[in-house]
Amino acid sequence: MSENPAPVRLDVQGLQAYYGESHVLHGIDLKVHRGELVTLLGHNGAGKTSTLRAIMGLIQRSGSIRFDGDELVRMPPHRIARSGMGYVPEERGIFASLDVTENLLLPPPVKKGGMSIEEIHTLFPNLKERAHSQGTKLSGGEQQMLAMARILRTGADFLLLDEVTEGLAPVIIEQIGVAIRLLKERGFTILLVEQNFPFAATVADRHYVVESGRVIDMVPNADLSDPAVMSRLHSYLGI
Amino acid sequence: MMELLGVSTQALFGQVLIGFINGAFYAMLSLGLAVIFGLLNIVNFAHGAQYMLGAFVTWMLLNYLGINYWAALLLAPVIVGFFGVLMERFMLQRIYKLDHIYGLLLTFGVALLLEGAFRQQYGVSGMPYAIPSQLQGGQNLGFMFLPNYRAWVIVASIIVCFSTWFLIEKTRLGSYLRAATENPKLVQAFGVNVPLMITLTYAFGAALAALAGVMAAPIYQVSPVMGSNIIIVVFAVVVIGGMGSISGAIISGFGLGLIEGLTKVFYPEASSTVIFVVMAIVLLIKPAGLFGRAS
Repeated sequence: MSENPAPVRLDVQGLQAYYGESHVLHGIDLKVHRGELVTLLGHNGAGKTSTLRAIMGLIQRSGSIRFDGDELVRMPPHRIARSGMGYVPEERGIFASLDVTENLLLPPPVKKGGMSIEEIHTLFPNLKERAHSQGTKLSGGEQQMLAMARILRTGADFLLLDEVTEGLAPVIIEQIGVAIRLLKERGFTILLVEQNFPFAATVADRHYVVESGRVIDMVPNADLSDPAVMSRLHSYLGI
Repeated sequence: MMELLGVSTQALFGQVLIGFINGAFYAMLSLGLAVIFGLLNIVNFAHGAQYMLGAFVTWMLLNYLGINYWAALLLAPVIVGFFGVLMERFMLQRIYKLDHIYGLLLTFGVALLLEGAFRQQYGVSGMPYAIPSQLQGGQNLGFMFLPNYRAWVIVASIIVCFSTWFLIEKTRLGSYLRAATENPKLVQAFGVNVPLMITLTYAFGAALAALAGVMAAPIYQVSPVMGSNIIIVVFAVVVIGGMGSISGAIISGFGLGLIEGLTKVFYPEASSTVIFVVMAIVLLIKPAGLFGRAS
């Protein structure tokens, strides 16, 4: 496999993480290059969501997380966000006490070059129609779009997306896929946690396979046509 | 003299006024408690002591430094707010991970310490604080006599309550606060310095209590026990309004002050318990409070 010439934006080495007493990550190693879309695949409970939370500083962690050259492991979450990392959590995190517009405007801008409200409304037209609805009154798909849209406004150019297609209808998944491909074209770097392998294969450059809190394999998307690679993935994921 | 339901209008309106005044203090104090509980999940038992501190700082500023009421209106909340910053940074921050009960016990302990220290120094009889000269006298409204200072307290407290409500419900800063009340970690993951916001919110709540204390100084005696006398009623008000609800705290504050005042006219024996009777009924029918969201 030829080495990606783009600089490494995120370099995670030996990442360990804990929820209280329980040790959930046992040394995650992964790299994401500028402009790449990399997925974390694996079973429920393998440590994919915990990896994103650990990168964001939301759970106790150790090891090394270098982001654009800065070490994140001892940084509080708000400073990590301000360095340009945008986080879309698995549970979407739409605030019930805020309406759609307030939810959209909540994350403060962290860098220049964030999308304008007009651009966001072009990307996700549903959000415009629902501007004054209470955040949690939206459908699941609309909530997912809102969770992504509010990060795009801030200028964050490295996205951590957690299970953005979970529980959504195929037509909505298609819409999210269009949005993700558009973001890639615009130069966003994306680390995506995904259970839906067929979806991941349509958007990703590379896949990391996570099991029991470790990265056990890495597969470039271009190699998916190779039956040997597919049978390897099949054995990990049961797909 | 006119009579209404067998009660003289003079007595009726007099008690309605007292009800409004008490309600103004209930509203301002329960507002701070509601904001603190919403974000910090701490039942701030030191709230009464912070109110008492506000009144004492006002009294000390005048008697030791010759600084008048109007300056105290600004200075006392700033001083007590700073005390709130210290309390949050050095005490409360250490116990957020523990059960609610620890926050309650810690702030209760602080309240007892403060009350004890002031009791030691100043006794319990209370000290007078003169109404500022600009607000002495009153207006004869025909049906009742309205002292200027009391009118000022009602107007000022309505302005304070409305401004706080507006700040929290209608501004960007308020949307951070509301969001952080729901999910502080995620708000921090968006780049908001939530730990700082928590410190400032506690300081703001303490400053609000102190502001109520300044306004109370000329009406009630400045006394070490003034906080513990009012705080239990204020807790009942917060529970009735709904823990963490801003508009609930304001509306039930004024409403219950009024109910208490009217009870004094029609059935004085129940006046000191009526709020708790209302609380029991509300809790039976709507456990989350009148304006609270069931979680």
